[in-house]
Amino acid sequence: MTAFFRLLARNRLALAGLIVMTVVVILALLTPLLPLADPDVTDTGNRFQPPFSEGALLGTDHLGRDLLSRLMWGTRLSLAVGFAAAIAAATIGAAIGIIAGFYGGRTDNIIMRGVDMLMAFPYILLALAIVAALGPGLLNALIAVAAVNVPFFARNIRGITVGIAHKEFVDAARLAGLSNARIILTEILPNVVPVIVIAMSTTIGWMILETAGLSFLGLGSQPPQADLGSMLGEARSALITNPHTSIVPGVMILIIVMSINLLGDGIRDALDPRLKSGALSRPMAATNVDRKETPPAATGRGLLEVQALETQFHVKNRVYKAVGGVDLHVEPGECLGIIGESGSGKSVTALSVMGLVASPPGVITGGAVRYEGEDLVGAPYRKLRSMRGKNVAYIFQDPLATLHPLYKVGDQLIEAIRSHRPIGKDEGRKTAIELLKSVRIPNPEKRISDYPHELSGGMRQRVGIAMALANEPDIIIADEPTTALDVTVQAQILSLLDDLRRSRGLAIVFITHDFGVVAQLCDRVAVMYAGRIIEEGTTAEVLENPMHPYTARLMACVPELGEGKRRLEAIRGLPPVVDKLPPGCAFADRCERVQDVCRQGEIPLEGEEGRAVRCLFPVTEPPPADAKPAQSQEAAE
Amino acid sequence: MTGYILKRLLSAIPVLLGITVIVFLIMAMIPGDPATAILGSYATPDNVEKLNRDLGLDKPLVAQYFIWLGNMLTGDFGTSFALNRPVLDEVLERFNATLILAGTAFLICSVLGIIAGVVSASRQYGFADKSITFAVLLGISIPSFFLGMMMILFFSVNLRWFPVSGMWPVYGDRNLWVLLNHLTLPALALAVVATGVIARLSRSAMLEVLRQDFIRTARAKGVHERGVIWRHALKAAMVSIIPVLGIQAGFVLSGAVYIEMVFQWPGVGRMLVDAILKRDILLVQGGVVFVAACYVLFNIAVDVAQSLLDPRIKT
Ligand code: SF4
Repeated sequence: MTAFFRLLARNRLALAGLIVMTVVVILALLTPLLPLADPDVTDTGNRFQPPFSEGALLGTDHLGRDLLSRLMWGTRLSLAVGFAAAIAAATIGAAIGIIAGFYGGRTDNIIMRGVDMLMAFPYILLALAIVAALGPGLLNALIAVAAVNVPFFARNIRGITVGIAHKEFVDAARLAGLSNARIILTEILPNVVPVIVIAMSTTIGWMILETAGLSFLGLGSQPPQADLGSMLGEARSALITNPHTSIVPGVMILIIVMSINLLGDGIRDALDPRLKSGALSRPMAATNVDRKETPPAATGRGLLEVQALETQFHVKNRVYKAVGGVDLHVEPGECLGIIGESGSGKSVTALSVMGLVASPPGVITGGAVRYEGEDLVGAPYRKLRSMRGKNVAYIFQDPLATLHPLYKVGDQLIEAIRSHRPIGKDEGRKTAIELLKSVRIPNPEKRISDYPHELSGGMRQRVGIAMALANEPDIIIADEPTTALDVTVQAQILSLLDDLRRSRGLAIVFITHDFGVVAQLCDRVAVMYAGRIIEEGTTAEVLENPMHPYTARLMACVPELGEGKRRLEAIRGLPPVVDKLPPGCAFADRCERVQDVCRQGEIPLEGEEGRAVRCLFPVTEPPPADAKPAQSQEAAE
Repeated sequence: MTGYILKRLLSAIPVLLGITVIVFLIMAMIPGDPATAILGSYATPDNVEKLNRDLGLDKPLVAQYFIWLGNMLTGDFGTSFALNRPVLDEVLERFNATLILAGTAFLICSVLGIIAGVVSASRQYGFADKSITFAVLLGISIPSFFLGMMMILFFSVNLRWFPVSGMWPVYGDRNLWVLLNHLTLPALALAVVATGVIARLSRSAMLEVLRQDFIRTARAKGVHERGVIWRHALKAAMVSIIPVLGIQAGFVLSGAVYIEMVFQWPGVGRMLVDAILKRDILLVQGGVVFVAACYVLFNIAVDVAQSLLDPRIKT
């Protein structure tokens, strides 16, 4: 609760609203004590005095009554009526909602039907009907406004009550033999009251406005008594000749409603946990780049080369080093596997290539990504966009979430093409069908007019692959494309990707946490841990002779390659949180070969060209395999 | 689709009946003898007898309800004694004017609100976003009747750009241009609050959608940012914006009552207020039932629009 108030106080606008509201309320309370003129004494000789005239700070109205005094008394009345209506509506609505939610079943059904009916009215019609039946008057207007708002409270409170009514402490009270009335009063009500108060605080402004509105129409307070609404209503006929009589009460309503709205917004924001974490930020079109050092020079290796890439997440004051200096390269037609646990930075590395890391909070803070030697980090958005999908295409994990749910798959395919070259309607359709055919979707003529949710998971992922192929890219980055699929479908998708690679000369970067997949598809593999590559080599070398203790442990966890269910998580301990990386080896806390030196300073990725490991005491020495470290592994176990 | 529309229409029948029951019950709260209350100063013995015969006011409440309902179903909403005219004729004529005003305002608030929300979300925390957020706060805090009065003062009296009030000039032609000239200020004044609410909700709906995976997919395939925002994100956000539009239509209709008073617009809202002040009960009753029924039908149209947009809704 204190945290809540602190949050509210940090919101300066809400604080301003609170202060203004407090001042208005205090003034309204003090009105009878203030040295004001009698608000109802008419003085027709002094009618329509302008503001700042003698004896009348805000002037006088059409009957010569002092406007300041009328304003204060009117504010007092408007506030009182608004609060009263809010309390009445909240009390009755809450009672109805609690009864409906607590008893459930038929009672609930009948009550909520009635509530729905009431909500089917535009609110003013209901209010007008009530006033028509009861006759104009302030009390009747209050009743009308309260009645109109009862359904809102009833529905909200019912929802909360339903949630509480099935909690254990309520069941316990029932078993203890307490009466329903007791349970409602002692168990339900205390839990519901805060919700009622908050709902009320956000609707009070609205209630004040509505009662003022009815008075404005002449249906609320009757002369000589005046609230802000009827003051405005009476002033309307003199709007053109003496606008100040309208402006004075109108501005007051504006001030009251605005300060309540500010306060209400502040309360809402303070209660919405998503806003606290700042997670509601929208990702930009391309990842932010903030490179302190000049990127390394091009080496000319590979079609795509990632050099010393660093990508971080800046959340509040914390910095998560998701990728901490990664070097990779892919040759044309080659398949490179990147393997690691979730959180190892493999996906972030992949997304950094085309600037697709969500930003904020993502920032690329160092390194380079070179496509045919040209650095893409910090390249203008136009450049990145023209390459996305055309030179480097992506396949993502869960095709139900990654395909647009409201567009037909054919249209999504055509759009992919159209983003890079103009294409006619007929040609687009033909190409889309061909693309679906090339990923072996049966009956493509019909499938192009399906929506994603109408396809099976495997079919959806084939659509995802077809979309990646649409512009015949040189490189496809596949970010765990088979993880969401079951094993048979997974195998089909993998062999499809392999065929496409061979027939089209595609380079594939395959992100996965499954060694079986790597064995099946990849020429080379890089193992990532805590944002860095800890071992790399050809697939055969790494799988047969893992050098890093981490890789070795993983291999031990995977007795049979190709069994999709074997996950890297099967290893003891957790990877370190990447905002507090230990000095030295990040794996030290989980490593069975750890020595003191491991924790003292940077350990480089060392080895011959293409075969390297980041470890001081590798499991096997670089070939030929040596007997001694293997023994020491046994000794360590 | 036709099946779905029919189904929705059928499901509206209990709601419509419920509306008549509620209105009937409210009217039954009128203190005193109903015939005298309805007739007011026209309560001659002849009139009272005729009214009792027509409405069955001497019969029990339930019977009265069914007589009233039966009359309405045959298009007989009763006669307004104050106007000496069938209620339905008067309501239809007035509703026409309200429809022009509220419809225009609804169009304005939907289009402007959504555009403002999208721009605000796509420039989150930028200058445009902050200005829009502030304007929205102002817009939803200002009472529409006060805003209307200030607009008259500024645009009609000071600048003389628009007529002060009314729907048509007292003399002269009635053409579209004249209508638009009279319509501009009231429609704008009426649209302001709803524009603010819609802008606000559109903004948060967009922010929600922009974080989703399919947006990243659209970017990954090279869709231009304009397309990402206005095609991909907006279309998905519309799923949560459309229901808000339906609700706001009700608020626009409600606000029309005030605006019609301020601008002397000959709509159904002003008719109702006049009728209440003159105690013309039958006119109020008929007007409320008619407008509420139209609103229910409008909300069915909103549901249908939603199902057209979102193929995942079972039709
Ligand atoms: S450097 Fe040391 S702690 Fe790290 S993996 Fe190698 S042996 Fe283990």
